Amino acid sequence: MMATDTGFAARLGPWVAVIAWLFAILLVLMIAVGASLDQAVSGFFNGAFGGRNSAYLMTTIGRSALIIGMALAVLISFRAGLYNIGGEGQLVVGGIVAALVGIYLPGPGPMVLAVGILAAMAAASLWAVLAGALQVYLGVPLLIGSLLLNYPARYISSYLVGHPFRDVAAGLPQTHMVPQGAWIPNFPGTRLDMGIILVLLAAVFTIVYAYRTVPGYRTRMNGLAPDFARASGLPVKRLVFQTLAMSGAIAGLVGAIAVFGVHYRFSDGMLVQPLYAWTGIIAVLMVGMVPWAVPLSGFFFAAVQTGAAGMERTAGIPKEIGLIMQAAIILFVASRLAVVNLAGSARGEGNDDRA
Amino acid sequence: MIALDVLLDPALLQSIPRFLTPILLAALGGALCERAGVFNIGLEGFILTGAFCAVLGAFFFGSPVMGAISAMAGGVLMALIFAEFHLRRPGDPIVVSIAINLLAAGLTLYLLSAIFGVTGAFRDPGIQGFAMIHIPVVRDIPVIGQLFSGQSPLYYIALVVAVAMHFFFRFHRLGLRMRAAGENPQGLVVGGVDPRIVRLYALVACGMLCGLAGAQLSIANVTLFVDNMSAGRGWIAVVAVLLTRGNPLAVLGIALVFGFVDSLSFRVQGYGAPQQFTDMMPYLATLAVLIGLSFWRKTRQTRA
Repeated sequence: MMATDTGFAARLGPWVAVIAWLFAILLVLMIAVGASLDQAVSGFFNGAFGGRNSAYLMTTIGRSALIIGMALAVLISFRAGLYNIGGEGQLVVGGIVAALVGIYLPGPGPMVLAVGILAAMAAASLWAVLAGALQVYLGVPLLIGSLLLNYPARYISSYLVGHPFRDVAAGLPQTHMVPQGAWIPNFPGTRLDMGIILVLLAAVFTIVYAYRTVPGYRTRMNGLAPDFARASGLPVKRLVFQTLAMSGAIAGLVGAIAVFGVHYRFSDGMLVQPLYAWTGIIAVLMVGMVPWAVPLSGFFFAAVQTGAAGMERTAGIPKEIGLIMQAAIILFVASRLAVVNLAGSARGEGNDDRA
Repeated sequence: MIALDVLLDPALLQSIPRFLTPILLAALGGALCERAGVFNIGLEGFILTGAFCAVLGAFFFGSPVMGAISAMAGGVLMALIFAEFHLRRPGDPIVVSIAINLLAAGLTLYLLSAIFGVTGAFRDPGIQGFAMIHIPVVRDIPVIGQLFSGQSPLYYIALVVAVAMHFFFRFHRLGLRMRAAGENPQGLVVGGVDPRIVRLYALVACGMLCGLAGAQLSIANVTLFVDNMSAGRGWIAVVAVLLTRGNPLAVLGIALVFGFVDSLSFRVQGYGAPQQFTDMMPYLATLAVLIGLSFWRKTRQTRA
C-alpha cells in the first residue's frame, strides 16, 4: 500500500505534515489549560532528560527498560502472527509472584532474587500459555482471550494485596517490602537499577532466537506465511505454545524487575496504571515490528511519558498530555506505514478448522 | 446451585438492565461496524469518551438529555477519528483501535483536570442524571415489572434499537448496503456505491450508540465520572459482536446473559464475597460463553 516514491522531498513531505499536525495538537492542548510554551518545553526536556544528577533521565531510562521489555514480549508473539495483547495480565502475574517469593522465601538475598525472577517468568509464561490453550483447544481467538485474561489477573492480584498479603500498617493495598538483600542493585552513584541489563539480555536472546535458531525461523515462517508453515508440516500448535511461553516469560521478567528493582513491593495497580503493556504494544507497532528499532521507540515513548510528568510539574499541564501524544503519534505514523496487517490475520484465528 | 428465589429476587431482576444497557448499546454499535466490514475493537474508547461527554453536557446544560446528546457527539468525534485513519488512510483497524482507546483514556483525564480541575473523579450535585421511568400497570406485574419498569430511558432506547436494527439489516437500503460493504464490497463498487462511505455511516452510528452506552454509565447508573469508567465493557461488547457476527437480536440475547451475570455477581457481593471476585465475574463469564459457543459450533459442524 506504500505510495511510489519519486524522491527525497516527496518522501519527506508527509512526515513534515505529520510533525506539524502533532505540534498543532500539542499547542491546542496547552492553550486549553493556559500554559506558557517555554515553560512547557523546558518542563518537558527537564522531565525527560534533566533533573539533579540527571535523576529524571535515570527515571526515563528505568521506565524505558520496562517498556522495552514489554515491547520484546509483544514483538516475539506478533512476529509469529500471534496477537497476544494480554501482556498486562502476564506482567501483573509476574509482578505479584515476584513480590510474594521475595517476601516469603527465606534465604540469602541473591538467591531469593534469582528464584523470584524465575518464578515470575514461569508464572507469567503459564498465564500466556493459558491464552494459547484457549485458542488452540477451545476456539477462543487469542486477540480476545489474551485480553480478557488481563482482568482476572488484575483483580486476583488486587485481592491478594488487599486482603491476605496486605501490609496492613501501610494503609494502602500493597504488600510488605522485599528484604533489601534481594533488591536489584543500582548502578554505582546513580538511582538507576540494573534491571535494564536483564532487559538487554532478553533483547539479545530474542533477536538471536528469531534469526539464528531453527525454532525461531519456524516461528517467523508461521507468522509470515501460516498456510505454508502448516503445509510444510511444522508443529504449529507447539510453536504457538513455545512462542507464547517465551512472550509471557519476558513479561514476567519485566514484572520482577519492577518489583525487585523499582518499587521493592507490589502495590495494587502499580503495573496497570502506567500502561506499560499498551505502551510496549505501540512501541512495536510504531516501528513496524523491526526488532533493532524497538529499543529506540521504547525509549522515545518513555521520554514522552516522563517529559509529560515534567510538564505537569513546571507548567501545570496535566500529564495525560503524554498519553494523548502517544495516541496521536501512533495514529499518524501507523496510518502512513501500513506495514502491519493485524486485522486480517486476527479475524481468521478463531476458526475451529484452523486451530 | 443458586436457589431459584435468589434468581427471581426482585432486586436482582431490577438491576439487570443497569448492567445490560451499556453492553447492549455498545455491542449494537459494534454490530453495525462488523456488518459493514470495519473491524472496530475501539469500542472501549468510544464508551469512555461518551461517559465523559455525558457528564460534561449534563453538568453545563443541566439536563440529562443534553448529556446524552453530547455523549453521542463525543462518540461520533472518536468515530470520525477512526474513519480518518482507517478509511481515508490505510491504517490497520487494530492499531487504530488501540490508539483510540489510549486517546480516550488520556483525553478524558486531561479534560477532567483542564475543565473541572480535579484528578481521577468528578462528582457534583450539578450533574443532572436521568430519572427512571415507571410504567403504570406494567410495574405491578411480577418479574416483567422489575425488568421493564423503573429503568433508565436509555434502556428502552437500546431495546428498540436492537429490534429496529434487525429490520434495518433486512429491509432498509442502507442496511443492505452495509451488509454488502462487509460481505462483498466489490459488488457495491459495481453498483456505483463507495463502500467507504457506507462504512463511515456505520462508524458514525456506532459512535452515537457507544456514546449512549457511556451516558448510561455516567448519568443513569450513577451521576459522576471516574478514571477508566468503561472498565472493560467495550471489550465485552466486542466479544458479543464477534460471537454473534453482528446479528442484533443475538446481540440482545448475549447482552442479557452478561447483564444477568453482572447483576448476579453484584448481588453475591452483598453476601460477603470480596469485591475483586465479583469484578472479575463478567470476564470469566465472557470466556465461558466463548468456550461454550465454540463447542456448540464444533458439534454442529461435525453433525452436518
